[in-house]
Amino acid sequence: MEKTLNWREFIITRAIKASGYSAIVFVALIFFFLLREGLPALVEVPLSTLFSVRWYPIESYFGILPLITGSIIVTIGAALIAVPFGIGTAVFISEIAPRWLREIIKPLVELLGGLPSVVLGFLGILVLSPFLRRFLDLPTGLTAFTGSLLLGGIAVPTVVSIAEDALDAVPRSYREGAWALGATRWQTIWRVTLPAARSGVLTGIMLGIGRAIGETMAVMMVTGNAPVLALTPGSLFSPARTMTATIAAEMGEVANASVHYHVLFFIGMVLFIISLIVNIAASSVVFRSKKRAERVLS
Amino acid sequence: MNKIVIENLSLQYSDGTESLRDISMSIRTNAITVLFGPAGGGKSTLLRCLNRLNDLTEVKAVGGQILLDGENILDPGTDTIALRRKVGMVFARPVVLPMSIRQNLTYGLELAGEKRKSRLDEAVERSLKLAAIWEEVKDRLDDPAIALSGGQQQRICLARVLALQPEVILLDEPTSGLDPISTGKVETALQELKKEYTVILVPHSVQQAGRTADYAAFFLQGELVEYNDGKSLFTTPKDKRTEDYITGRFG
Repeated sequence: MEKTLNWREFIITRAIKASGYSAIVFVALIFFFLLREGLPALVEVPLSTLFSVRWYPIESYFGILPLITGSIIVTIGAALIAVPFGIGTAVFISEIAPRWLREIIKPLVELLGGLPSVVLGFLGILVLSPFLRRFLDLPTGLTAFTGSLLLGGIAVPTVVSIAEDALDAVPRSYREGAWALGATRWQTIWRVTLPAARSGVLTGIMLGIGRAIGETMAVMMVTGNAPVLALTPGSLFSPARTMTATIAAEMGEVANASVHYHVLFFIGMVLFIISLIVNIAASSVVFRSKKRAERVLS
Repeated sequence: MNKIVIENLSLQYSDGTESLRDISMSIRTNAITVLFGPAGGGKSTLLRCLNRLNDLTEVKAVGGQILLDGENILDPGTDTIALRRKVGMVFARPVVLPMSIRQNLTYGLELAGEKRKSRLDEAVERSLKLAAIWEEVKDRLDDPAIALSGGQQQRICLARVLALQPEVILLDEPTSGLDPISTGKVETALQELKKEYTVILVPHSVQQAGRTADYAAFFLQGELVEYNDGKSLFTTPKDKRTEDYITGRFG
């Protein structure tokens, strides 16, 4: 009797342990695979070509800088839109909206988060980009800015959903404490509720930006896909091409193990490293700025 | 002198429960007025009317009026922010804000627009001393307030209210989570405070009510059963229900 119980215990703990470690193993395997397929690019293409500004694979120009800047500018644009809107919406839902309204908005926002990005891409091509072209008087509506708007829209529900949960979890007594001191609603939100929910709000932002960096379909449909080096803010309003879109568009038509193929994997590696850096940076911000007191609390 | 005059105050929550029924009473300056009675009697609701904290919960109907220095604070035009600075409140569970001890104290003042560091430091020291906690925390004002013990946190909350120099202090079972020693410290602090302020206390036990009350009001199911000076009410209650409750026959 005792023996079987011990066995069951043993098997279950091992199974849980194994599934935990498997996450690490999978990340390691993926990274290994990327390295194996991507590193040959460093040998086959001279570094000066790889880090040049011309991407034209057919003629063996493999400069990935425009792709990197394209991804960065689109993502920054998206973050600038998604963060204020997302936090604003989350604050509205959790702190300001009356209960009945909140019960309508929250599910709607979450539904928005579940929309396939291709569908949003349609909207981008058919509605957003013609509108922007006319409204901003641009030669084309397919620009990095269009992509940013769309990506911002895609990231907002993620930010809202997680940030709202965090705000909602702040004990009511905190707010009452601040109100009783004569704080206005806004002062309470800004100085008490938001700081108390900080780690949750930052997680929301991080996941939202993560979603924006990795998004492919919608971006490929609306950014125009011109591999142009984007260095000035003005290039936000010209076409751009992101790393993800490049991989998605070209992977299907390259010869296996060709130079182009290796370079695409190399781009994947860069993308992987960038999102790793973003994640580490974000979580270190979350953990470092959390004082001992708040760790005890949360 | 009467600081607060409550006239025919009634209150109903949105779910239909009636919390206060036709309450009329006057509350004196420089005294501790104790509101006591079994749970659900409306004591906390009454306290929350006095600084309009009920505005933020689901209240259906409020009737009657509350005059603070002759002005009806239930008037929709009342500046609730200014009111809450004048009528401070300490809660049952100490709610220190997620900041340092010093910031907890200066927070209310900063909200009120005070920026001068000397003034803030002065207020920190004065109010910590009044709340009988200065000696315990003076060397670590920049530590997070959460790290303090429950009893210390509660006195920080009291000090935080005092820093605003209110005129009325509302305390909603301020010692319910505290050990006897901390409770004693808070009660002693209250005796000092009444010299300058109007103190209204919801005690967490009849014993505490008896110990602290200059005036006492007994609440039962939303009704003010009896209101008298503390001594008479606890030694010769006029109402049978008050007597039963004090002697521990119910509640």
